Amino acid sequence: MDDQEFLEYVQAGGQVETGDWMPDDYRAKLVKFIEMHGNSELMGVLPEREWILRAPTLQRKLALTAKVQDEVGHSQLIYRVVEDLGKPREHCLADLVSGKSKFHNVFHYPTKTWGDVGVIAWLVDAAAIISQKALLKCSYAPYARIMKKICWEESFHILHGRDVILAMVTGTPEQFELVQEALNRWWPPLMQFHGNPIPADDDPMYQWRIKSQGNEEARQQFLDGYVPQMLELGLTIPDPALRKRDDGVWEYTEPDWDELRHVVTGHGPKTQERLGFRRLNHDETAWVRSVVLAEAA
Amino acid sequence: MIWEVFRQERKGQPFQHAGSVEAPDFRFAEIYGREQYGRRGESEALWLVPREHLSVVEGWADEFDLKYRRVDGYSIKARLKEARERAESR
Repeated sequence: MDDQEFLEYVQAGGQVETGDWMPDDYRAKLVKFIEMHGNSELMGVLPEREWILRAPTLQRKLALTAKVQDEVGHSQLIYRVVEDLGKPREHCLADLVSGKSKFHNVFHYPTKTWGDVGVIAWLVDAAAIISQKALLKCSYAPYARIMKKICWEESFHILHGRDVILAMVTGTPEQFELVQEALNRWWPPLMQFHGNPIPADDDPMYQWRIKSQGNEEARQQFLDGYVPQMLELGLTIPDPALRKRDDGVWEYTEPDWDELRHVVTGHGPKTQERLGFRRLNHDETAWVRSVVLAEAA
Repeated sequence: MIWEVFRQERKGQPFQHAGSVEAPDFRFAEIYGREQYGRRGESEALWLVPREHLSVVEGWADEFDLKYRRVDGYSIKARLKEARERAESR
């Protein structure tokens, strides 16, 4: 099989296993994509971790802790897939803390109030699950299989987020306001989340069938599913241009793509602080890894 | 050391490949396996197998065209039609 035949194979729905031959470019794209996903799971726990000690009830504290544990678990599963493609986890972590590799834009922002925690758990996870469901048909089968388990766990997270939001919008006017303010803060990064609207056929990740839908398709799906849910709670969406056309397509104010690029290249409001924490944590736990490995050897 | 994880969802069901964990020995493989593949009661049991102990067999030759072993080796449609026509004309 040559590169062209491989491309036709995956475009016809063919799947690939770890030991199968694959073009170098395909392997490189897989590593880049899956590694960024693993990084995002690992960095994604930090905004929520900041609220574990400040959660309003014991029940919320336990649920948030469980969610953080899930996301770290996802990063372990995902880095394992990257390792089998040839990049060891230690290298992934080194590239993450040195700023060489990327993680999702939404994890570069601060969580100001408990309202942010609710909006993250509900809407950021909802946006993420749309991207992740498009990976269930990934041409690289080991990744697709792992996504099945991850999507299953994410569905708990969305429910947890909705529950947090519902408690607040049915609470005092101050609580409702916390949700509205958090939505105002998170709307721009949410609209940037699925990436700029390049046509799917120009997207190498789609061409190799690593993902099965284009960026704009994912964003439209998010708007279709969640705008009605936000409106029914009485929330105001901070985009006066947002409307659904008669042909079913959502129109919206063009997201700030420069901000997206700026943020994911290490210049978000919390990027350096969170990478610093990850670095510190990596250094402080080095002795655990060395003890575990030495004991078994 | 890589351990392949096979997961049985309910008693009586087959063990299906779920993923893998990296662990220096079985004690750690068990801890990681339980955490990553059974934390929410989604598994009845796990098989943890060191990757190097798995032998893969693939590629099936059929030099002698042994189609008579398979259902697609039998095409009865045309013959059945003829048999029915003959039966009618009898």
